[in-house]
Amino acid sequence: MPLLSVSGLQVRYGAVEAVRGVDFEINEGEIVTLLGANGAGKSSTLNALVGLVPVAGGRVVFDGEDITDHAPERLAPMGMTLSPEGRRVFGTLTVEENLRMGAYGITDKAATRAAWERVFDLFPILHERRAQFAGTLSGGQQQMLAVGRALMSGPRLLLLDEPSLGLAPKIVEQVFDLIALLRDQGVTLVVVEQNVGMALEVADRGYVLSGGEITTRGTARELAEAGDLQAAYLGAD
Amino acid sequence: MDLFLQQTTNALALGGTYALLALGLAVVFSIMGLINFAHGELMTISGYTLMYAGAAGLPFAVSVPLAILAAMVAAVAMERIAFRPVRNGSGATMLITSFAVAMILQVLFQNLISARSQAVLLPAILSESVHVGGLIIGVNKIVAIAATVVMLIFLDQFMSKQKTGIAMRAAAEDFAVARLMGIRANTVIAGAFALSGLLAGVAAVLWVSQRASVDPLMGFTPVLKAFIAAILGGLGSLRGAVAGGFALGFIEVYLAAFLPQHMQEFRDPIGLGIVVLILLVRPNGLVPSRVLGAIKV
Repeated sequence: MPLLSVSGLQVRYGAVEAVRGVDFEINEGEIVTLLGANGAGKSSTLNALVGLVPVAGGRVVFDGEDITDHAPERLAPMGMTLSPEGRRVFGTLTVEENLRMGAYGITDKAATRAAWERVFDLFPILHERRAQFAGTLSGGQQQMLAVGRALMSGPRLLLLDEPSLGLAPKIVEQVFDLIALLRDQGVTLVVVEQNVGMALEVADRGYVLSGGEITTRGTARELAEAGDLQAAYLGAD
Repeated sequence: MDLFLQQTTNALALGGTYALLALGLAVVFSIMGLINFAHGELMTISGYTLMYAGAAGLPFAVSVPLAILAAMVAAVAMERIAFRPVRNGSGATMLITSFAVAMILQVLFQNLISARSQAVLLPAILSESVHVGGLIIGVNKIVAIAATVVMLIFLDQFMSKQKTGIAMRAAAEDFAVARLMGIRANTVIAGAFALSGLLAGVAAVLWVSQRASVDPLMGFTPVLKAFIAAILGGLGSLRGAVAGGFALGFIEVYLAAFLPQHMQEFRDPIGLGIVVLILLVRPNGLVPSRVLGAIKV
């Protein structure tokens, strides 16, 4: 049974159909990437999965439970969370407070203690800067904080929306190393990316979205060899 | 010099009350973008609770917490009944809703209690004064200043140490992401209203302590002032609300004390003129909110 299965997902903003009947599945232990041009419906898809935008049609099942109409606050305790586009750390909260919020919905004390250790282990810089306001961190550090904050809830499925956006090339490499490392630690990941090359290097499988529909699907190798990726990114049909 | 110090004490007492009220408005505004004009009616509810508790013979030490509790319960009920259905509406929708709530409550007070001002029994000590180094200070002023200090310390600790307080700051900055963390929207919003009710309740007790009476429109003027204070301080900023409250208190008290007699009738326009001048120099207020303009899904 897949960890997450999405069937016929639709998202509408007024009259605009952003996602038009998307089907895909994520298996435990995989890294799956969603690719596509700006406005192809990638972020809308992720936001609909976690309930940040309403689902207009279709069904989302996580770990055997129908979560189609779940409010966002119910998902983190279930083991699924999103690190949103643009990082969106709480800039007026300290690093430590940001991480504390990441574990907000978790009542298991031992799990929370382990999460603190894991995050500070992965990102020693966050431990060093824990008393600092998150808004004063560099872009790369904010990305680490955003991922660390998401990890605080001990997710089994982590959705990452554009984790490399606006970061220096060296930091981008670190982010993708981190994605691979998290998979090795048993986290299943869905990564939305503009950086197609890097995304396909780390992913097992991928889906290409265009105009709110999935146009191509396959293993990362198949997608890397297919020629129509460029077209999808340029938004050409 | 003595007169100046005397008036400074008065300004601190009045400014502190404005600060508590402005904070109550700011806590709710920062989280859900609602300017709650019915905040004044929370004060009035507290005032009437104080009056009835006094008339029933309850000691002041019991009626004060009761009055504060009444404002908190009323605030949470107000959110549940009136504001939750329009939570995702525009700012204007919520503003008009709050006017409606205020007016309905005022009419209820007029019809069910009395349109006229009612006396509130207060302990005699509140109307006494003490001599402090040549100054004569009313006990009620000292109580007001002390209560303000205690509330500000409490609020600061709550917002920086308590999980719920931190969650409220997180939700004020980015509500959608806060929900992703597992922070329940209903919990933070109800918490914000309870906190605003607490602040309105304390402010009401201080307000009534200066006047010993309560009437259906009691809350209107102080909340209008608190609104001005919140804007002056920077709407949505908690520190701004405190700064704006004290600034407005000082402007009003000093103008009343030091403006020449023949200009006293222009006191309010001059006071508001000063507020406008400050806003011309600092359009986002004295301590602007750092999160205004943050992305919200």
